[in-house]
Amino acid sequence: MAFSQKRIQKEILTMTTSPPPGTRLVTETMQTTKEFLVEVHGAQGTLFAGEQFKLLFKFGDRYPFESPQVMFVGDHIPEHPHVYSNGHICLSILTDDWSPALSVESVCLSILSMLSSCTEKKRPPDNAFYIRTCSSNPKDTRWWYHDDKV
Amino acid sequence: MESDDDYYEDDIDPDDYDDGHNFDNEDVEVDEGYLGESSVDARISSYNPDLGDDDPYPYECLSADKVVGLMNEIIREVNDIVNIPSTTLRILLAHFNWDKELLLEKYYEYEGNQERIFAEAHVISPLKSKSLARRKSGRSIEQACEICCNNYSSSFMTGLDCGHSFCKGCWSQYLCTKIIDEGMSQTISCPEFECDIIVDDAVVMNLITDQKVCRKYQHLITNSFVMCNPLLKWCPAPDCHHVIKVEYRDKRPVKCECGREFCFDCGESWHDPVLCMHLRKWLKKCDDDSETSHWISANTKECPKCQVTIEKDGGCNHMVCRNQACKHEFCWVCLGPWDPHGASWYNCNRYNAEEAKKARDLQESSREMLQRYLFYCNRYMNHLQSLKFEHKLYARIKRKMEEMQQLNMSWIEVQFLKRAVDVLCQCRQTLMYTYVFAFFLKRNNQSIIFEGNQADVEKATELLSEYLERDVTTASLGEIKQKVQDKYRYCDSRRNVLLRHVHEGYDKDWWEYIETS
Repeated sequence: MAFSQKRIQKEILTMTTSPPPGTRLVTETMQTTKEFLVEVHGAQGTLFAGEQFKLLFKFGDRYPFESPQVMFVGDHIPEHPHVYSNGHICLSILTDDWSPALSVESVCLSILSMLSSCTEKKRPPDNAFYIRTCSSNPKDTRWWYHDDKV
Repeated sequence: MESDDDYYEDDIDPDDYDDGHNFDNEDVEVDEGYLGESSVDARISSYNPDLGDDDPYPYECLSADKVVGLMNEIIREVNDIVNIPSTTLRILLAHFNWDKELLLEKYYEYEGNQERIFAEAHVISPLKSKSLARRKSGRSIEQACEICCNNYSSSFMTGLDCGHSFCKGCWSQYLCTKIIDEGMSQTISCPEFECDIIVDDAVVMNLITDQKVCRKYQHLITNSFVMCNPLLKWCPAPDCHHVIKVEYRDKRPVKCECGREFCFDCGESWHDPVLCMHLRKWLKKCDDDSETSHWISANTKECPKCQVTIEKDGGCNHMVCRNQACKHEFCWVCLGPWDPHGASWYNCNRYNAEEAKKARDLQESSREMLQRYLFYCNRYMNHLQSLKFEHKLYARIKRKMEEMQQLNMSWIEVQFLKRAVDVLCQCRQTLMYTYVFAFFLKRNNQSIIFEGNQADVEKATELLSEYLERDVTTASLGEIKQKVQDKYRYCDSRRNVLLRHVHEGYDKDWWEYIETS
């Protein structure tokens, strides 16, 4: 869609010139502007220090009026109480609290802060059940936001 | 049980009837004075069970436009008192579920600290917004819209009193997404992240250009107004956009302009005498798959060892479980292990074995529950089906009335037929719901009286139905008219006796209910 192109271009520019610390937009393999792959490095001094993850962003036709699909992909999924082992993330700004004024940059920042504030490496309590029953699109899940502390 | 006689009153002296020509005075005065004030005309139009002493239940049927008018009237009323912009007031009222008394109470309770009430409703206080809103208006330089990242002159940028501004194109798309995709109306907030200031209706109407979206928005606003107002209810008929407005909430029948009659309390078709609660349970039961499991438990047995479900479709009683991990051998008749049966397999003589008895009892009770349900369901469905053919019956009766007019009867003289169909339908509807009532009813002395009444109406209704099926010929005309009139009056009066008795039971706590799973 023509409308969001300018916006996407701007986001690419922000993510390549001044990305949030610890993140990098993977431009080498980028084929379309409908999908972003972002490398996320666990911040020093946190439980995830030294670890590297991959975040996949998918933009629908109505982005930014509808939220992007965001999930962890690859072999290494962070072991975090809000991240399911299939990469789905329970984060309210990705669905209910999404605002068109948010961006890839702000989502990355939120996820970094979510990882950094983690105090215990473990999966969500309903992980086993969830990954068996969920849809492949995390936005189809009616998330129940457990708590805002972690 | 001295009252039995009242309820069993069968014989009605035909002399009590007038000759049927004087329709205006035709109230049914045959039965113990239960029927009083209401006239026949009123009864037909409101299809009220009109149980004599019941108060009238005033209500109004409003078109969607009138509902909007009502909404604006409330806004005006409150505005006369508090004097704040009507757009803000609408959000405030929506926040208080359109309870204007509550709003006024809070408004004055927070006297001097009214900012709080505005903050809770997610609006900027109109008392201080003026300065904020004009904050940016002086400059006319280009600004970048945070959503689409394009630059626009500030005249194309707009926003709420919270100060966040976006270009009009993005605003419009944002609102469309919220309205069309998410079905939101009065809770749409500013697009800025974590800004909860609500977009008022004037802003929405200004920014949306698509008529379809405007209509949807107005419909959503009207809908939320109706939904949170306990004195308003949408007509449940599909595609009917009327609203019924009552003066107080009650379990009473209301009739929409479109013809649909429903219970104001639960929104289902008018279901006297059964309670909303029981009807809900019943409808759920009818829809539910749970009856499938009832069938399974009544028509199959479980292997006594591994509990796998078995339906026996022939063969001898010596069962060998097909479950390869089980292969238990047992007797189908007594469910006991097969071994002791030995050679006498064709004649199970272990009928009282403890273990087998328990299994059979369980089976029995489940079968009985199913029987019970099917019994009531059958009768309920029977009347429901008949009612579905109602319009056919009306059409046929209309033809018949025309025929009779050609046989030298006046228009007024043949109206008894229409009235008879009205009564027939009312009786069927009542009977239908008495079976739901009966399904939940525990047997006691009063329930026996109820069943007597029910059987009586049932019988009379079927007779009336039969009369209406008969052909009209010149010779039989007078006779048929007399018979039909006698019958429908009888039906109507008995129906009222039946309802009356159930209502009295509700008042006096006669009814006991069974526990259903």
